[in-house]
Parts: sequence; structure tokens; C-alpha cells
Amino acid sequence: MTPAFLYALVGIVLFSIGLYGLILYKHLLRKILAINILGSGVFLVMVALAARTGDAVPDAVPHAMVITGIVVAVSATALALALMLRVDAETGQAVLPEDREE
Amino acid sequence: MEEISILLLFDVLVGLTLVWLAWQTLSSLDLFRAIVLFIAFGLLMALAWVRLNAPDVALAEATIGAGLTGALFLSALAQLSASTKRKDEENKIENS
Amino acid sequence: MRKIKLKILEKKPSLFTRLTLGILMFLLAASLAYAVWSLPTQALGLSAEVAKNVEMSGVSNPVTAVLLNYRSYDTLLELGVLLLALFGVWSLGGVSANKSSFVNPILDFLSRFLVPVFILFSGYLLWVGGFAPGGAFQAGAVLAAAGVLLFLNDWQLERKYSGFSLRFVLVLGLVLFVAIGFGFVFLDRVFLEYPPQLAGGLILLIEAAATLSIGISLAALFLGRDPSVKSDSKIDTGVHK
Repeated sequence: MTPAFLYALVGIVLFSIGLYGLILYKHLLRKILAINILGSGVFLVMVALAARTGDAVPDAVPHAMVITGIVVAVSATALALALMLRVDAETGQAVLPEDREE
Repeated sequence: MEEISILLLFDVLVGLTLVWLAWQTLSSLDLFRAIVLFIAFGLLMALAWVRLNAPDVALAEATIGAGLTGALFLSALAQLSASTKRKDEENKIENS
Repeated sequence: MRKIKLKILEKKPSLFTRLTLGILMFLLAASLAYAVWSLPTQALGLSAEVAKNVEMSGVSNPVTAVLLNYRSYDTLLELGVLLLALFGVWSLGGVSANKSSFVNPILDFLSRFLVPVFILFSGYLLWVGGFAPGGAFQAGAVLAAAGVLLFLNDWQLERKYSGFSLRFVLVLGLVLFVAIGFGFVFLDRVFLEYPPQLAGGLILLIEAAATLSIGISLAALFLGRDPSVKSDSKIDTGVHK
């Protein structure tokens, strides 16, 4: 087992944990955390598969895509957190309407 | 050979810690704790990028993934708990 | 520091839900693992193409070459995404400005020392990105970290800069990128294609503008509201309870 495949497997597990948390938990802040973990898992799989070049330099194209992805992820997180604060201000709870407990 | 197996052991440890931190982040009841664990997760991810020969990604992850995202989450949590506290006080006034 | 604690509203999901979802996620992970496992253990991907053309790209760091030359569309659109996210956050309006009358003296002292270092380091990362790990995104993020430190110390952008000047810096990276991209269309080249002998300088120019825009945008995302709007005036969204 090479480190590349090991990290790809870790990425898959992180993706699954993130998806599990995204579906299961109701608090929006936890959902946003879950999306971030899910995204990290995807990035890990991409970079791990780019490292299968043996001793040569890894493939730079997925690296560049992941760097772009990290910046997009932080912008999306900031927007999601602002939406969450708005939902909290309007409804008094930071949860989605269908999960609200009266 | 010896050196390779030690490095592989290190990779296994990093991988297991990443999975454990992700699980703890999502399952811990205290949101503050969850965010701090998430920042630790981001820093460990930077270590994983270095092991995968991706120093550019490691730099981006350490500054953005762990640093800025963590700051964003903490600031949002502070505003969220401030609004919760305000609402609690309003309720108290109404009830008295 | 104020103790941050939040009442947990949610009940723990039932065991049945957790178990079903856990089994589903396990099956998903197993099939994904099988897919990854069946890939060849050695694959060069596009690394040979990247290495072959890297001297034409104007930089010697392959990642920067991909980001700002081969696939500069990604970077261009990503600057757009960053700007859109900021507009989204601004249009939601700050829910509450976190006003703290107390400024931690240690934080204050440290920021006075650290902010110039961060700005210097940001410039270093920008320069070094041409031939070593670094580049516009990392430099922008360090710049944003300097901004976050300033905001934590209750620093405020002067009003005269928070209108046009701020917006100018925010769109500078995107505008310059598009302008240079279109500039060469008139010189019989494809959109975003640079002549090899000019590429190094153009990339540094675009990266410098992009660093400023990325840094200021990320710091503005942390602030969470438009600084030219008065902090206590809440935007009426028309939503009523």
C-alpha cells in the first residue's frame, strides 16, 4: 500500500463522515462544518491520486484545482455563515424550517 | 526499507487522527469545541498535503483552511451566542 | 475573554436513523474505495504536459503555471466567485456588529508588531510563487489574516476609503485579469493567451492585483458587512414574523 492510496482512502472516509453529519445534524453551523469536512475529503482524494507518479514530481493540475477549491470553499463558508446568522435573526433558531422544533 | 515503514506508520497515524478529529468535530455537543477541533483538523490536513508532495496546497490550507475558516466560524458563533443571550434576556423581561 | 457557550437545541437523532444512515455511508465509502482501489498504481496524469511547456509559461513553479497560464480560466472565475460571495454577504446585511469596548492589550501590542510582518510576508509569498511554493492565493490569505487581526482590535476603515476606494481594490484583480486577457485578443491571440516572452511579467502583474483583491475580499468577508453602511442601520428585508 502506497501513501497515495492510504490518503485517498482517508479522503473517502472523511467524505462519508461529512455527508453523514450534513444529513444527520440539524444545527446549521454543524452542517456548514460538515460540508467543509466533506470538501476536505474530496480535495484529499484528488491530490492523493495526483501523487501516483512514483518518484517523479506529482501532477500539478489537480494541485492547482484544489488551491482554487480551497478559496471557493472559504467564500462559500462565509456566505453560508452569513445566511445562518440571518436565519437565526429572523426565526430565533439556527436550523432549517423543516427541522424547527416548536 | 526501515525508513519507508516508519514513514508509512506516520502516514497511518496522520490518517487515523484526521478521521478521529472529523468525527469528534461533528459529534461533540459543544459548538465551540467543535470549531476548535475543526481548526486542528485543518492544520493536520496541511501536514497531509506536505506528505503528498503538495507544498503549495499545504500553504493554502494552513492559511485559508485552518486560519481564516476558523476565524469565520468563531466570529459567527460569537454573534450567534450574543443573539441567543439577547433573546433570553427579552424573554425574562416578558415573563417577569 | 468572553465565554462562548451555546445551548444545544437539538435532541440526539434516534438510534434507528443513525444506524441506517451509518450503514448507507459505509456502503458508499466501500464502493468509492473499490473504485479508487481499481485505479492503476502508477499514473502520470498531465504532469508530462505541464513539465514540457513550463518554460513557455513564464514561471518555473508548475502549480503557478497551471493556475495563471494553462488553466487561468479557473483562477479568473474563482476571483468572480469570491466577489459574488462578498456581495451575497453584504446584501444580507450585518446582523449585529460585534462591538467590544474592551481591547486586549496583548492583542493590541502583538498586532502592531505582526501586521507589518504579515504584509511583508504576503509580498514575499507573491514574489516567490514564480519558482517555489507560494502565489497569489497564499499571499492574499496572509494579507487577509493581517486584516482579521486589525478587525479584532476594533480597527475601522476610514469612511472616505470605504466607498469607491474599497470597491476599486475589490474588483481590481478581476478587471485587470479580464483586461489583459482581452487585450491580447486584439493582437490575434486566444482569450487569456500570453506571448511567452511577456508571460512572466504579466503573470506577476495579475498576481499582484489578485493578491490585493483576494486579501481585501477575504478580510471583508470576515467583517461580514459593508463598511460604508452605518453599523446600526439594519437593512429591512421585508420579511415579517
